[in-house]
Amino acid sequence: MVGIVSYGVYVPRYRITPAEIGAVWGIDGKAYGESLGVYAKSVPGPDEDTITIAVMAARNAMKRVNVNPKEIGAIYCGSESHPYAVKPTATVVAEAIGATPDLTAADYEFACKAGTAGIQTCMGLVKSGMIKYGMAIGADTSQGAPGDPLEYTASAGGAAFLIGTEHVIAEINRTYSYTTDTPDFWRREGQMYPSHGGRFTGEPAYFRHVLTCAKNLMKLQNTTPESYAYAVFHQPNGRFPRRAGKMLGFTDEQIKQGLLTPYIGNTYSGAVMLGISSVLDVAKPGDRILAVAFGSGAGADGFDITVTEEIKEYRRENAPLVKYYVENAQQINYAIYTKFKHQIILREE
Amino acid sequence: MRDVAIIGIGMTKFGELWEKSFRELGIEAGLKAIADAKISGDLLDALYVGNMSAGKLIEQEHVASLIVDYSGYASRHLPAVRVEAASASGGVAFYEAYLAVASGLYDFVMVGGAEKMTDVGDAESNRELCATADNEWESIFGATYASLFAMMARRHMYEYGTTEEQMAQVAVKNHRFGSKNPLAHFRNTLTLDQVLNSSPVATPIKTLDCAPVSDGAAALVLCPWDHARKFTDTPVKIAGIGLATDTIALHSRRDMCTMDAVVRASSRAYHMAGVAPKQVNIAEIHDCYTIAEIIEIEDLRLVKKGEGGKATAEGVTDMGGRVVVNPSGGLKARGQPAGAVGIAQVVEIVEQLRGEAKERQVQGAEVGLTLNIGGTGATAFVSILKREN
Amino acid sequence: MQIPRFWRQIPSRYNLIGVQCENCKRIYFPPRTVCPECHRLSVGKMLPYKLSGMGVVHAFTQIYEPADGFENQVPYIMAIIQLDEGPRITAQIVDCGIEDVKIGSRVEMVFRRLGEDGKAGIIYYGYKFRLCK
Repeated sequence: MVGIVSYGVYVPRYRITPAEIGAVWGIDGKAYGESLGVYAKSVPGPDEDTITIAVMAARNAMKRVNVNPKEIGAIYCGSESHPYAVKPTATVVAEAIGATPDLTAADYEFACKAGTAGIQTCMGLVKSGMIKYGMAIGADTSQGAPGDPLEYTASAGGAAFLIGTEHVIAEINRTYSYTTDTPDFWRREGQMYPSHGGRFTGEPAYFRHVLTCAKNLMKLQNTTPESYAYAVFHQPNGRFPRRAGKMLGFTDEQIKQGLLTPYIGNTYSGAVMLGISSVLDVAKPGDRILAVAFGSGAGADGFDITVTEEIKEYRRENAPLVKYYVENAQQINYAIYTKFKHQIILREE
Repeated sequence: MRDVAIIGIGMTKFGELWEKSFRELGIEAGLKAIADAKISGDLLDALYVGNMSAGKLIEQEHVASLIVDYSGYASRHLPAVRVEAASASGGVAFYEAYLAVASGLYDFVMVGGAEKMTDVGDAESNRELCATADNEWESIFGATYASLFAMMARRHMYEYGTTEEQMAQVAVKNHRFGSKNPLAHFRNTLTLDQVLNSSPVATPIKTLDCAPVSDGAAALVLCPWDHARKFTDTPVKIAGIGLATDTIALHSRRDMCTMDAVVRASSRAYHMAGVAPKQVNIAEIHDCYTIAEIIEIEDLRLVKKGEGGKATAEGVTDMGGRVVVNPSGGLKARGQPAGAVGIAQVVEIVEQLRGEAKERQVQGAEVGLTLNIGGTGATAFVSILKREN
Repeated sequence: MQIPRFWRQIPSRYNLIGVQCENCKRIYFPPRTVCPECHRLSVGKMLPYKLSGMGVVHAFTQIYEPADGFENQVPYIMAIIQLDEGPRITAQIVDCGIEDVKIGSRVEMVFRRLGEDGKAGIIYYGYKFRLCK
């Protein structure tokens, strides 16, 4: 059995609403937000970044179990906003949770599915017996260009999963991925903001990959939507995952618990892992979860997960739940938002 | 150990002295001190210089040799020592110079303090002040020099009920004194409202609670007490000295509202001088921030612990009070060229004891005290000076 | 901040690794090689000790004239925190307003950026604190 032994999340506490953003560009932000199904997005504080978010999530995961960090054999951090282009986030996390020095580590990039790609790698290393525990983290402080639609949704947050074979609280029955070369959304080296293909990001990208991945995974597992208590889909806004769910035959009820974007925006590499964490916060033994992450470029990672009896012993209360981070919110205006994102040009000394 | 006298004093104006370089300032103070001592410079056996940060502020180290050179004594190969103890550099240089004469090693010694702080911008001079705290465990985390005193103030307010008005009163008093000091950085007077309404620096400390960053130099000539009367009718005796250190970081102190180094240094000085705190008439102390004066008068045992604010408000330390504190204007009004402060404090006390302080004269001044601290109290130097007939 | 100097302190800045004197059991932060109480008896007996990161506000201030690298965070809150194990440290309090901070407030350690060596330089990480919920 291989699966999730522990999980931890972190979302910065600052929030900005679509109305606040829209006011700057002269549009009805509230209405636009509603059309996207997004009511607020999280904003990192001026001293936060993907590394600090990854560390907080990883520490939260470690607080819930009695695992010796030195037994973690691999750490992978997936993000599209690593603070360094060269020098991994993963080594700082490793040091900050006391896992150094006997481990391997690396950073991943695959848009919003870089974290889940790390889960798959850890599964392989753990299942093959090469390592005892692996940690996969998906975290981002994603940037939306000012005035661009993405400005309303690109947010910050992260989750860390400890993968192993002992005391597994959620078994990963199978993982399946669907990957193609599809240029729907990208960022060139040196560019501050990503670019995207507008409406091209919908059907040929998100929907093709998410739906195909989900269908193929269910075929391989011999399951139907009814087999699952919960479904978590990648959530660039509040609408896409509901539409995808509907097209596949899932109900809003199944999707609800894992859908966080309406409240905290799209946390990119953190999104699906945060959604799964939200489900695990309430799930009972025997609950089955279908999760499909999507990364532009493009690919979808699907996971068929069954919650085990172990979750009853799991000390979830040792770290804050997803609900706490969602609700622990402080509203800011666009001026403070700009200041926090270091976009006010300060004097050079 | 023989007794030591101060026979000459000299000081430049303190302020933003754009036209004057570090070298010029050092020399000017020294020349004034020699003239005041009425000796020939050839009599000097050694030079001690207090300087905090020439390396960063004017990119020059090795300042003792530099001052000897520019004073014209390089050919005499005068012994010279530069002393650094943050803003207590001047006080500790005085301590070293005293030892040199008291021990019998030298007879005539010049001790000066000099600092040129305005050749760099505010950010750099503030950075240097931050470096006198614990750079790695205080400054790096965002603490500024002012913020450390602000936290001392916060704790003092919490434990003893000290108020922001009482702190402001220190600035009002010291500016009133400074307005009568032709060499002071600031000659303007301040009202309580002006101080209370000045913009916040680190709460509760406001802009007008802070001493300025200044340029300036001061110097003294010391000689054995037994020789003093050959040169002056008004020699001042160094009756007692005390030096003490404490933890570098404020957070490591035993009690944040007490500078233990000040308590110990002053105890040592009082003991050596055979003087009790209540005998002190005048004191020049280290009001880098108004709260510092309040805490220092308690730790010097001039008033009871916790009553520094109340005493200030009641005029205990004002003209006509039991002990006049900072009659020169203090660091607040007279100015704060870090390495020179400790020497300038002695200059003022000597002038007062000689009866030469003119408009600032404290009547009946017989026993004076100076207190020079470094950092947030990691070094404290106290001297007790007496006029003896 | 110079690279080797920063690197040496990573265990203390990230994980609050201090030392415990084996002789008298007192705990110190940051690490030191000699116990101020035991002196010679403590040499070689100062062992690494990981502090919990929990503590109480001992004093605080709100800074308007910032330290280098903190310009973007003005005004920000600085505090002296009494850690549960005994030592006091100086650190920023984040994620709250000054009106919420009191002497005696309970705080917990968080991991944040401390600064950077310019846009092309190393980023420094370390401890800050937030009010406990």
